[in-house]
Amino acid sequence: MSEDGALTGHLRIADQEFESRLFVGTGKYPDNETMVEAIRASGTAMVTVAVRRVDLDRTQSEGILFHLDPEEFFLLPNTAGCYTAEDAIRYARLGRAAGFNEWLKLEVIGDETTLVPDTQATLEAAKTLVAEGFNVMAYTNDDLVTALRLEDAGCVAVMPLASPIGSGLGIVNPYFIREIKRRCSVPIIVDAGVGTASDACVAMEQGVDGVLTNTAIATATDPVAMAHAMRLATQSGRLAYLAGRMEAREIGIPSSPTRGMLD
Amino acid sequence: MSDPGNIQVQVNGKEREIQSGLSVHELVESFDLNPLLIVVELNREILSRDQFKDVQVSDGDSVELVHFVGGG
Repeated sequence: MSEDGALTGHLRIADQEFESRLFVGTGKYPDNETMVEAIRASGTAMVTVAVRRVDLDRTQSEGILFHLDPEEFFLLPNTAGCYTAEDAIRYARLGRAAGFNEWLKLEVIGDETTLVPDTQATLEAAKTLVAEGFNVMAYTNDDLVTALRLEDAGCVAVMPLASPIGSGLGIVNPYFIREIKRRCSVPIIVDAGVGTASDACVAMEQGVDGVLTNTAIATATDPVAMAHAMRLATQSGRLAYLAGRMEAREIGIPSSPTRGMLD
Repeated sequence: MSDPGNIQVQVNGKEREIQSGLSVHELVESFDLNPLLIVVELNREILSRDQFKDVQVSDGDSVELVHFVGGG
């Protein structure tokens, strides 16, 4: 567990307090040892996991719980790869049946090229899963109306994308991320599209409550170093937001006194 | 020819011939899996772990054995 919360304030989602505002995925790492080391370096308090068939022919490695201690990290099962509300609900129930918690990162994809969410199906699945007692954190577009509807549906957090999953393009629409944060009461976690530390920092500077990233850390040349960078960037962006930035002006204004210059 | 003491089931999308009379618990263990780390769906219904020993696998059943893997 990290003590990052001392610096940037704790994040509360539903009834849970999180020390860190950085959430990380567990996919695409070169190996499991690097994954665990990177997750520790990130200081995160919550990691996402996916639900998949066991490979009965053992051509792939064993499940992630052989490497990741659920006592050390809060597990957030996702519904990644689902294209319908029905499938997402099925995966959500399977994830909960693993027996760790009632939390879920709901994700219903609507387009194979960009992997952007099907917001209508996401909303439909969210309503069912909230009624079943899940703490739903909903992955969504950077769309204000959908974010408000997901909040109304009872989601405990709304997670607008910065840009497409795995794209590393950073925040393509900071205005709408800010607007979603301004208008929703539930925590806003920017999820997907973060490519490097500055993207996480810029996301946090918009005032959102947290950032979730996977590919940027897992596929960096040195995932452990990148995880550390993401941790610092998330804290840095949060502190900068809380500090209140100066007004930007398209003109130079001297920082040193103009009086007292020599003749 | 298939053994008359065996049944046909589908496990994780693949047809398999297994011994008849196996419980879900025994089926999971036959794949060398730890039942505590697996979630079982039998004919699209999720089984709780305390049902594993009581529920028998029947001919024609469709079983899904799932677990957590890395993901974002």
